[in-house]
Amino acid sequence: MKTNKDNLNLLGWTCPRPLQNYPTIVMGHGAGGLMMADLIEHLFAPAFDNEWLAQMGDATVLDNVFLDIPNSSLAFTTDSFVVTPLFFPGGNIGELAVYGTVNDLAMRGAKPLYLSAGFILEEGLPMETLGNIVVAMAQACKKVGVKIAAGDTKVVQKGHGDGIYINTSGLGSIPTGVDIGPGNARPGDALLVSGTMGDHGIAIMSVREGLTFQTEIQSDTAPLNGLVEAMVAAGKIHCLRDATRGGLAAVLNELAGSSKVGIEFDERKVPLRPEVNAACEMLGLDPLYVANEGKLVALVPGEAAEQVLAAMHQHEYGKDAAIIGRVVTQHPGLVTAKTSIGGMRVVDVPAGELLPRIC
Amino acid sequence: MCLGIPAKVIELYKTNGLKMAKVDFGGVVKEACMEYLPEVKLGDYTIIHVGFGLSILDEQEAMETMELLKQIDALGDGIPGIS
Amino acid sequence: MKFIDEYRDADLTHKLLADIQKTVTRPWTLMEVCGGQTHSIIKSGLDQMLPPEINLIHGPGCPVCVTPLELVDKAIALASRPDVIFTSYGDMLRVPGSRRDLFDVKAAGGDVRIVYSPLDALKIAQNNPQKTVIFFAIGFETTAPANAMAVLQARAQNLSNFAVLVSHVTVPAAIIALMDSPDVLVGGFLAAGHVCTVMGFWEYEPLAKKYHIPIVVTGFEPVDIAHGILDCVHELEAGTYHVRNAYARSVTREGNRSAQTVIRKVFEMTDRAWRGIGIIPMSGYRLRDEFAAFDAEQRFPEVQSIETLESPLCISGLVLQGRKKPSECPAFGKECTPQMPLGATMVSSEGACAAYYRYGRYQPTYENK
Repeated sequence: MKTNKDNLNLLGWTCPRPLQNYPTIVMGHGAGGLMMADLIEHLFAPAFDNEWLAQMGDATVLDNVFLDIPNSSLAFTTDSFVVTPLFFPGGNIGELAVYGTVNDLAMRGAKPLYLSAGFILEEGLPMETLGNIVVAMAQACKKVGVKIAAGDTKVVQKGHGDGIYINTSGLGSIPTGVDIGPGNARPGDALLVSGTMGDHGIAIMSVREGLTFQTEIQSDTAPLNGLVEAMVAAGKIHCLRDATRGGLAAVLNELAGSSKVGIEFDERKVPLRPEVNAACEMLGLDPLYVANEGKLVALVPGEAAEQVLAAMHQHEYGKDAAIIGRVVTQHPGLVTAKTSIGGMRVVDVPAGELLPRIC
Repeated sequence: MCLGIPAKVIELYKTNGLKMAKVDFGGVVKEACMEYLPEVKLGDYTIIHVGFGLSILDEQEAMETMELLKQIDALGDGIPGIS
Repeated sequence: MKFIDEYRDADLTHKLLADIQKTVTRPWTLMEVCGGQTHSIIKSGLDQMLPPEINLIHGPGCPVCVTPLELVDKAIALASRPDVIFTSYGDMLRVPGSRRDLFDVKAAGGDVRIVYSPLDALKIAQNNPQKTVIFFAIGFETTAPANAMAVLQARAQNLSNFAVLVSHVTVPAAIIALMDSPDVLVGGFLAAGHVCTVMGFWEYEPLAKKYHIPIVVTGFEPVDIAHGILDCVHELEAGTYHVRNAYARSVTREGNRSAQTVIRKVFEMTDRAWRGIGIIPMSGYRLRDEFAAFDAEQRFPEVQSIETLESPLCISGLVLQGRKKPSECPAFGKECTPQMPLGATMVSSEGACAAYYRYGRYQPTYENK
């Protein structure tokens, strides 16, 4: 998303006490006084416009929420977003902040209802950048059908924050009969992934100093709640995880650990974009460990696998979905993979930050 | 020691007096220094290590060796390549 | 990807493995020198697919692993200076120093940056004239041409704020040290394909003759490694000890002449300490005197004397020499893991310990077709 002053005009900044006079965020914007009220009234509120936020109380009363969702369980999650750069090929921190939390709710089969958004702004952040991030968040919320019902803003001194940090917490409702959780895997379950692996991590690396490419690799930032709905309608789902930091390897190890089962998959079946594969080769990275932001992993009873896969293929965010492995009784807690030459290797938990290598 | 990846030379030019190239790693294009491959031409495949071309891959030799590997009878003399 | 995918072909690899099985008549111990080869072998599972007669030992060909502790501590000291931007290949960031690693320095506010190429470090120096940019020039002979070019370019562009911290090591001296050691087990070597791309393989001919040991220049993909092992086994079964080239698409006997010329121009041979092994004479490069202005150790003499503290539990040295397997170390997987490495061999996946930990803890039975 390019920074675009015209976008900001749509929010109706005609107030004579100009936000426009402050081209950057200053400490006063977090001080609780007129400047902060200005920021809320003329930037956040119009963008996230909804009846809940309009209450403008210290807390938002969700008075009808339990009527809206009879016979359901409530799902609750939180996540913080600290990505740099703030805008990257295929996405930005604003979209991530919405989709990331929506996806966490979706991974329990929950319909996302409400989000809160907490902003920590660094003194000196250009107002235009903030505006574009907020607009991106508003558009992301519209796409998903979720409302930002509560928010907060603080400002920290220059040098104490990477421009902006965002925290979003989310509430969702899980319909009766849906029981999706990390401990539900059973031997015989099929392992499905919703699409190509490693796109986001490589897209981020591609804009960092010293690791630039000339073929643009796009992040896969996307909301997965619609895909999950389609999958649940098609067949029983035992486990869902979105494969974010640490990549496919991290979530498979988590699932194997939580359910106390072994997981085996075939490396050759993991969908990979050729450019991402090439970038990983070049940097000495293993695509199984590279981050994603719009992909999920599902463990599904064997007999339901084909129908669920078919439903995924029909969806915008599941076109490249594939069955890549299964849950086994052997080696509980451990994940193994069949290699390109038919050998076997253990796919271990990631050790820490992924580093390119020369060796 | 040795992460050297094959890439195809798709452009050649000079920067700061150094021979440079744009190389294509199967879909990812990056810049690499060709000072150590004075005879390199467009279309050549090179081994790139830390941003430098170190050898031009001999496609003919590669094909011949590949054929031999596929065909040799293990109980025979093995593969030529003795120094 | 061309020149990669065809060398990962499962059928051809299996065929070569079957060829190896048909050729061996008794046990042989081979050492692959290069950490990149170790990584590839264990990641592909090739070591589990070899006939039981073949014992593969992983050698000290991991420049990250053998960079002396003292130099890592010097790097940490330099990177901690507020007037320094410290640039390094990614591999070095998690290597444990005596008390911490470069990642810790970064976390504490030090300006530590990962670069993919030494030319990137030069660019950083050009763009930051008010700071000294130090580049951690580690590697075997493969990386020396790139590091040398950075120094020459710095001189040509009069970049007075650029310096290199050199820790180059070379392979032939390591082979001599290994073969001279009393309980040497190795019967044949798989030489490092990209080191030989630069240096050629003529240097190995006198070694093969002296120690009666075959040396096969080998590449990195499963087909290449199986090919190298097959050639080596042919020699061993025949009782001969030639130097053979199983990576001829990239390697010639003379190697890359222009790269060698530039290496000689910028560097000279020197004794080097190998972490866990000790000082091996004439086993590394250092900057020639005329480039002293670009030598970080001379620019910052206060890092000359640093007291190092190696973990008493770590047996990296024995692992690097192939005398112990990582799984034989009492600390393996317990006090020492990739998250909390005690020694350099546990840090990056080309280190034998990390490779074992990450890929090989679980050993399923593999039925050879």
